[in-house]
Amino acid sequence: MSSKVSRETFIRSIADLLRKAEIELPDDVVDALRKAEAAEENPVAKFQLQAILKNIEIAKKHEVPMCQDTGIMIFFAEIGTEFQPGFDLEAAIREAVILATAEIPLRPNAVDPLTRKNSGNNTGAGIPDIHWKFVPGNQLKITAAPKGAGSENMSSLRMFNPTEAGSIKNFVLETVVNAGGMPCPPLTIGVGIGGSFDAAARLAKEALLEPLDALMEGLEREILEAVNALGIGCMGLGGSTTALSVHMKTAHCHTASLPVAVNIQCWANRHASVVFRGEE
Amino acid sequence: MEYHLQTPLKIEDIEKLNAGDIVYISGEILTARDEAHARILEMEEKREELPFSLEGAVIYHCGPLMQQTESGWKAISAGPTTSGRMSKMTPLLLKAHGVRAIIGKGGMKGVADAMKKRCVYLAYTGGCAALAAELIKEVKAVHWLDLGMPEAVWVLRVEEFGPLIVGIDAKGKDIFAEVREKAQKQLKSRSKARKA
Repeated sequence: MSSKVSRETFIRSIADLLRKAEIELPDDVVDALRKAEAAEENPVAKFQLQAILKNIEIAKKHEVPMCQDTGIMIFFAEIGTEFQPGFDLEAAIREAVILATAEIPLRPNAVDPLTRKNSGNNTGAGIPDIHWKFVPGNQLKITAAPKGAGSENMSSLRMFNPTEAGSIKNFVLETVVNAGGMPCPPLTIGVGIGGSFDAAARLAKEALLEPLDALMEGLEREILEAVNALGIGCMGLGGSTTALSVHMKTAHCHTASLPVAVNIQCWANRHASVVFRGEE
Repeated sequence: MEYHLQTPLKIEDIEKLNAGDIVYISGEILTARDEAHARILEMEEKREELPFSLEGAVIYHCGPLMQQTESGWKAISAGPTTSGRMSKMTPLLLKAHGVRAIIGKGGMKGVADAMKKRCVYLAYTGGCAALAAELIKEVKAVHWLDLGMPEAVWVLRVEEFGPLIVGIDAKGKDIFAEVREKAQKQLKSRSKARKA
């Protein structure tokens, strides 16, 4: 038994998904930016937030990527245990990235880490970066989350001692202060706590996909308030909106460790999802 | 204050600017980021001549998304990149050439001194690349395309490019540094309070 979706349709859908992610922000992100603009009292910051909102409109109207850093291609896939694609999904996603790069177009960003040679089509060893998760059912959900370097470069990971949970908040604040205006605030901050060295980073990245209007729990809210009290503001020029939201994800970890990862996202918290249904 | 400047910039054009002022630029600007900075400095060391002039120049920290059309290159999306990556190379560049303005985002640590009486740093809202592309009227030339599309030097004709905010003026005032120092102070007093 195979899925209803053909390889060609799948490639077309993924290329369209990338187009959507690059051109249009999710509603919850735009709403959060509008609220920030309305609440901001610092004139320089307000001015910048207005430019951001105007840019979002222009990108949508002209159907061009909202930011020239169209990111490195990251996908999160949730595949139902009963979903049978009938073709090589990873190869098809790679083909869709090459297609999208040429037709949207996207800036070719993927380079060899040492020679710095650009592949020219946003693919390369390990790129696109695809994370698979098995879920029950016969659907395949794919989320495209292209990630810019300005914010990614400001992210941080630290292996704390198990008794240092009280230092997590300060670690996030330190990361935000060191980043200043460089990651294009207002930020979304993803915090991954526990797991292992790499699992913490993955949790932090997944936390960035949480809806911005989702309820923030105690420590999340506490960190957000402390971050916004720092006065870094939109683009690091001062103001009260340094971050739009903070979301945490946790996993059990070794009794002797406490990994904490802080993944920083710029105001352009780009992501879009598509669902493919398998045979009934 | 709001200023509308025409390139090439003269020293008098920038000496009057104060941190916080708003500026719009018309004329020619050149993109340059990591690899282009490295190559400029390398050629400088070998005393080789650059294929473009940096006298009175405006450097734009930008790796644009360009598309080749029948009538030449077109800027699709061209916002500023993080200037911080060019901080170390910039003082050397300013010393050797008459660059009068740098457009970028996020500010530049430790360059305010090198900018005194020479150059200003103009902040353009990060990520506002569709907005910026609308103000780029023509791609006049491209140099060093071997570095890849983002790292090449693109010569752009712009009209009323802005709004740009003077982040670092030619008198040594640096808004980014002031904001950063305030935040650092707050962080320090927070850690002290925790330890007490």
